[in-house]
Amino acid sequence: MTSFKINTESVDFDGDPGTPLLWVIRDHLNLTGTKYGCGIGQCGSCIVHVDGRAAVSCVMPVSGVDGRSITTIEGLAATQAEPHPVQQAWLELDVPQCGFCQPGQIMATVDFLKRHPRPTDEDIDKNITNLCRCGTYVRIRKAIHRAAELMAAGEGT
Amino acid sequence: MSARVHDITLNRRQFLIVGSSVAGGLVLGLPAIGADHGDSERMIGYFIEIASDGSVVIGSNQPELGQGVRTALPMLVAEELDVEWSKVSVRQMPLGIVKTADGYTWKYGGQGVGGSTGLTSNWDYMRQIGATARQQLIRAAAERLGVRAHQCTTRPGVVTCGSLGTEIPYGDLVADAAQLDVPDEAPPLKDIDDYRIIGTQQKTIDALDMVTGRTRFGIDTVEPDMRYAVIARAPVLNARVKSFDDNDARKIDGVLDVFTIEGPEPGAPYTILASGVAVVADSTWAAMKGRDALQIQWHESANATDSSEKFWRENEAALETTGQVVLDDGDFDTAMASAVKVVEGRYRVPFVSHAPLEPQNCYAYVQEDRCHIIAPTQMPSGASRAAAAVTGIPREHIHVDMTRVGGGFGRRLTNDYVAEAAMISKQTGWPIKLLWSREDDIRNDFYRPGGLHELRAGVDADGKVVAWTQRLASGSKYYRRPNMPDENLWQAELYPDDFPKGLVDNLRLEYFHNTIGLPRGSWRAPAHTANAFVIQSFLDELAHASGQDPLQLRLDMLGDERELPYNGHGGPTFNPGRLSRLIRFVADRIDYGVERPAGRGVGLATHFTFGGYAAHAIEVTVSDDGRLGIERIVAAIDCGLAVHPNAVRAQLEGGTIDGLSTALGLEITVRDGKVQQSNFHDYPLARIAAIPAAFETHILPYDDVPTGVGEIVLPSAAPALANAIFAASGKRIRNLPIGDQLAA
Ligand code: FES
Ligand code: FES
Repeated sequence: MTSFKINTESVDFDGDPGTPLLWVIRDHLNLTGTKYGCGIGQCGSCIVHVDGRAAVSCVMPVSGVDGRSITTIEGLAATQAEPHPVQQAWLELDVPQCGFCQPGQIMATVDFLKRHPRPTDEDIDKNITNLCRCGTYVRIRKAIHRAAELMAAGEGT
Repeated sequence: MSARVHDITLNRRQFLIVGSSVAGGLVLGLPAIGADHGDSERMIGYFIEIASDGSVVIGSNQPELGQGVRTALPMLVAEELDVEWSKVSVRQMPLGIVKTADGYTWKYGGQGVGGSTGLTSNWDYMRQIGATARQQLIRAAAERLGVRAHQCTTRPGVVTCGSLGTEIPYGDLVADAAQLDVPDEAPPLKDIDDYRIIGTQQKTIDALDMVTGRTRFGIDTVEPDMRYAVIARAPVLNARVKSFDDNDARKIDGVLDVFTIEGPEPGAPYTILASGVAVVADSTWAAMKGRDALQIQWHESANATDSSEKFWRENEAALETTGQVVLDDGDFDTAMASAVKVVEGRYRVPFVSHAPLEPQNCYAYVQEDRCHIIAPTQMPSGASRAAAAVTGIPREHIHVDMTRVGGGFGRRLTNDYVAEAAMISKQTGWPIKLLWSREDDIRNDFYRPGGLHELRAGVDADGKVVAWTQRLASGSKYYRRPNMPDENLWQAELYPDDFPKGLVDNLRLEYFHNTIGLPRGSWRAPAHTANAFVIQSFLDELAHASGQDPLQLRLDMLGDERELPYNGHGGPTFNPGRLSRLIRFVADRIDYGVERPAGRGVGLATHFTFGGYAAHAIEVTVSDDGRLGIERIVAAIDCGLAVHPNAVRAQLEGGTIDGLSTALGLEITVRDGKVQQSNFHDYPLARIAAIPAAFETHILPYDDVPTGVGEIVLPSAAPALANAIFAASGKRIRNLPIGDQLAA
């Protein structure tokens, strides 16, 4: 039995403890915002937060999150009416094309901004490695800077 | 649905009705002929629903892959309906087909996106729907006020009657409007100067769902009692299952069934790609583990000796012979013999995979007499055909729902994964969701064809190009198409009316087919990606070799605006002057004429694709040890009228990046009949670090008719990059991908 918290809910999973966290989230918990894109930790579509840090869930056995706390894209915003500042920036810049990579991009960015609250382009190049097949990188870069601004302004108030 | 129904002819195949919705709103759209799914399905079939509170729901009939059509088409409707865009929401419509005496016809207009036609083919249709609804509201108001309809007009959401000074909101009119017959004559459409929504900056209508994870892609489908399926696929091209041992697989908790899936005869047209072994389980992970535990023996395949080395060797050898001459303008041999300078180059364009980020998947539930498909597809009618072919169920009993699609790029024009899902559901009787792993996707694709191109041109004493030939040895996209004679295989790879047709008097195109067993298909802008790369690279070589400036040579050849006949997709005309305008523009923006230091350079390219025009200017640095940096990108498009400019810019960004990413590092190779790449570690899409912040997009307006966009933006990106690399380093890229060719 693996027990963990996901977006404020407590969960017990009694299936194969080797099941990647991604498939527990998608198939068993029916939270489908976290995506499968490669299954080998290359694309970042499956990024969630484990105890607040970004992690690729496709290569993490569910047993590894026993007792830990997970946030998925569905649990990022405090309320539906008020998206997280990173989501707001994504909306302002109208980033998504097909949209498939975007939950992972957003989850990666939220964690990244914790450690780089005023990132340079170089910081972004080094740390944001999620794939976007549609090529939304131009807007992602702008949205990351914009999110940093929104978050800095939010802290000031 | 209590509607008085009256049909009008919108065009030869389509009919409109008005009616009232259950809640008393106005519904305008197409009758759900033979509807046997009850009222909810009928509702989905409608194009416009105006509620009494004035809010509007518009149906989008096309698949949305990220190209913005789900926003752009409703913009057309809302424009003519004359409502505030903020009042509009959009509903994805399912596939609608109706059985006729001699086949099937569309219920909601043609559905399917490929060839950048999503907007152009719906341009008139969607506007007419909006204008017709507006006219109904005006007539209802006029009747109520006792005036003639032409005395009334509208402002957003409101009918106004000037002479009486009266205004009536749409919401108050819907009940009356729903009772009025629709006149036979279509109402006039707005003038371009009166547009308030078309051509304005709007955001993606369902972006909030996408950034909060609420959007359901095909892969996110969950239906009652659904099982999960994967397929073990042949490691060698076209190998068939001989036998398998599923003892270990069936021991895995959750595995429910294991069986063979039959593929097409080798060499026959594709139904699915090839045979395999399906594993059905109660979760994705159990299905994948079950698949790993299978022991499969495969028959020897006739393609077991296929390899990329052999493919390129054969192509080199073919070019030493004479191929099929598919275009022979003027007197090529004499002109070439008279040239004072002849320039020649051979270029390799590799096979590449589509790799949309959402892997192939499909939900299917096949019952006795009906079938339900939920799929990410570019061609829902093809999905219906594929499911009908494997189940024997008539197409009118196959219901196809389209989800938002996690990228298409041409891959999802082919519905092989729908056929597979239907086979598995039929065999088990269960509703199932089939998932391809990323490895399945990269190793089993309808790849963009690879080919070896030989370009040769002769110039006269004034530097004018007097003779030009392109000779191509490639694996045609039309390989294994039904009813495709060998002598037509070239048609998928060489577009004879492309540049420089009509611009060089003596012109010859020659084709040689290579029968390598790799499947091939349409990859965003199909043959334009290869041909633009080789032609725009070669023009640069030609300019340098004949002492001319690469921009000036292009301008000299393209000339001013005039219409040349163009018989291929994107015709009927090609206006080379529109390319001149674009390339001049991007050259200006990037300060083309300004001398750069060694190791830094600018490259240009421009291309006409499927009716639209684009150009790129790219600035790069190449260090002494061969490190490439893309420093600045200027991309411009002339797509006639940009209906949804925000999406046009998004496509310019994305299409450019697609072109660059592919040129930088992507290639599918084969050894011993096996595809060598399998996932993003060895099929390395570009990441954000490769794409500079200095990236400008420009839309150059032209006339009042939109062309497509999604493919037009791509072909000129890669040659602009290659030309920039030459300008910076003196190194000419003749083989794609660029890979580590620049390393000293
Ligand atoms: S699916 Fe986990 S990184 Fe790609
Ligand atoms: S938006 Fe399509 S993969 Fe990123």
